[in-house]
Amino acid sequence: MDLWFSEPHTPDVKMSIRVDRQLHSEQSEFQRIDIFESKEFGRFLTLDGLMMLTEKDEFIYHEMITHVAMASNPEIRNVLVIGAGDGGTVRELARYDTIEHIDMVEIDKRVVEVSKEFLQQTACSLDDQRVNIVYDDGLRFVRRKENCYDLIIVDSTDPFGPGEGLFTSEFYGNCFNALTEKGILVNQHESPYYADDAKAMQRAHKRIKEFFDVCRVYQAHIPTYPSGHWLFGFASKAIDPLTADIEKWNSLGLKTRYYNTDLHRGCFAIPNYVKELLENAN
Amino acid sequence: MLDQHRAPIYDALLRYRDARVVPFDVPGHKHGKGNPELTEFLGKTCLSVDVNSMKPLDNLCHPTSVIKEAEELAAEAFGAAYCFFMVGGTTSSVQSMVLSVCKAGEKIIMPRNVHRSAINALILSGAIPVYVNPGVNEKLGIPLGMSVKDVEKAILENPDAKAVFVNNPTYYGICSDLKRITDLAHSHGMAVIVDEAHGTHLYFGENLPISAMAAGADMAAVSMHKSGGSLTQSSFLLIGKGAEKFGVTEGRVRAVINLTQTTSGSYLLMSSLDISRRNLALHGKEIVEKAVNNAAYARVEISKIGGYYAFADELINGDDIYDFDRTKLSVHTRDIGLAGIEVYDYLRDNYDIQIEFGDIGNILAYISAGDMWKDIERLVSALAEIKRRFAKDKTGMLDHEYINPQVVLSPQAAFYGEQVSMPIEKSAGKISGEFVMCYPPGIPILAPGERITEEILAYIRYSKERGCMMTGTEDMEIENIKVIV
Repeated sequence: MDLWFSEPHTPDVKMSIRVDRQLHSEQSEFQRIDIFESKEFGRFLTLDGLMMLTEKDEFIYHEMITHVAMASNPEIRNVLVIGAGDGGTVRELARYDTIEHIDMVEIDKRVVEVSKEFLQQTACSLDDQRVNIVYDDGLRFVRRKENCYDLIIVDSTDPFGPGEGLFTSEFYGNCFNALTEKGILVNQHESPYYADDAKAMQRAHKRIKEFFDVCRVYQAHIPTYPSGHWLFGFASKAIDPLTADIEKWNSLGLKTRYYNTDLHRGCFAIPNYVKELLENAN
Repeated sequence: MLDQHRAPIYDALLRYRDARVVPFDVPGHKHGKGNPELTEFLGKTCLSVDVNSMKPLDNLCHPTSVIKEAEELAAEAFGAAYCFFMVGGTTSSVQSMVLSVCKAGEKIIMPRNVHRSAINALILSGAIPVYVNPGVNEKLGIPLGMSVKDVEKAILENPDAKAVFVNNPTYYGICSDLKRITDLAHSHGMAVIVDEAHGTHLYFGENLPISAMAAGADMAAVSMHKSGGSLTQSSFLLIGKGAEKFGVTEGRVRAVINLTQTTSGSYLLMSSLDISRRNLALHGKEIVEKAVNNAAYARVEISKIGGYYAFADELINGDDIYDFDRTKLSVHTRDIGLAGIEVYDYLRDNYDIQIEFGDIGNILAYISAGDMWKDIERLVSALAEIKRRFAKDKTGMLDHEYINPQVVLSPQAAFYGEQVSMPIEKSAGKISGEFVMCYPPGIPILAPGERITEEILAYIRYSKERGCMMTGTEDMEIENIKVIV
């Protein structure tokens, strides 16, 4: 059988994965949710036909969206995660005994339910006692919060769907207001490579810069995302990830497959063309 | 009963396209083939039906087939005796209404807080306005509807007036007691014409203020392109059942419309009216309900921010706020120390959100069935941010949107009178020959024939300082004004 999942990365480029079988498909209130099984990448989740994660490479994304901030400030106690219905981000956070509480705000309950059923690899910690799942719009949830989170992780879809509101000035301003004085905002920051993704990346950077004194971008290599070159934003009121004492993190003894403290320093070294894009983000 | 599933203009255009007619008539772009850049931008489908009147497509100036049928369908959907498809905006509907009921020198009773199109109609017709001052809400500073008592006084003092003009609902969603005003005017032999630019949805929603046709009015100008979903510049002019008693007939009104309306009516606009009418007739109830719910949700969320006042039916007082249109999302901003126009500018410049207008103390966000929930969340969150980041002390802020005018000359006499240009700052005491207004909302601060006062100049200065878009004078900078010699 010759069954393929294809995702256009631009109107003229697409990535395809041979599918062994489709495990699930539904149209939720917000989006179309599909789970496939493949030989190369294992199971993978798509929303509205866009790749969210594969079992094979999700560790890169989820480690990088959590450990950089966690190593930069070991005193993080209260965390807000927006999006992330597959549970991967929460799984990484739950490994820290120091974290006391995680609010996870996901707009689509079905993504969580489907992940629990088909993606135990990522959804395994969603029942952790410290995790409070709220099914709500991230923008609405965060505007009611003030000075209460040490870390906000925005694990959103692209800005062309339900995640659109999570790439706006109002959202970043609301996040600033919801963070404590050493608060850190980490966001999925799109890719610099293809033009449309790069524009979304520039817009997000420009808007975050309006609010935060520390505003850096770091990168990771994620094979199944457009171009494979993916960025994360690190914004903070006070903590600079490049000068923070990150060596303590090693004493926690967490076993990771991608992140380490050498990479922590290295991932902020970005190519010149990306630097230019960021400098020209107006 | 007509079949509201039909859309005769739309169907005729489809037949025209399927016939692959070779065009040796205007427009010269020939289904877009002669203008590839425009076709690329607007789309081939759009250009292929941008065509001219012809037998199978009827003629807007003298409709006998598909346009006539579409107009009859629309009339039935709105409970009117007849409905004209208008392609010159609701401005042209308003002007045609006034020109249909008043000749030069005849009186028309109207509130002063009308859109400039109504006063323009007075310049065209030479009709003499008898202004009824609208009520003013002290807290919000906004002009309201007309109280029945004030209309009655104007009618008794001017028994020779030909018509009463009602602006219903206002931009802010305020409604007068349209039924009683209509009955009162009719009992004195006067026609009732209604600027219903902001009221298309009243014909289809539930538990909304009464529509002009239901209230028995003789004509109504309905902006289909506002809450009706059609393309910008398309509009309906409705004639009420029983209007012939007041001299308003289909033939006469068409003759008046044809004085100023184009003879090349756009089929894009007309088909948009046809399709939108069908949609409203079939699904209007749900469409309006969605807008009502969107607005209600936004009001609750905006109130939770604190400082803002998203006003609604609690204002109803049985008089000059006889009813409130709950699809309107009007928000009073003065208590956070910002003029509405400042919030309007912040929303666009800092948050990429464009709202309908901001004036001295309020903003209006236009809500419709087309709003996505996530966009409403953005609007609310942006308002929360604006308060957090930009709120100021409100001391010294101007607190009213409306100044009762001193009318010295009729608008037409002033407009055509001998005029001289002078610096606006020195013009106190003179009679204005021009309009001055913030646009939007387009309600004149000064109209031709009105006395310029220090209070009005202070208001204009304040509006300019806060960033209102001022229009109306020949001088594009609004530094000079033409006054009557």
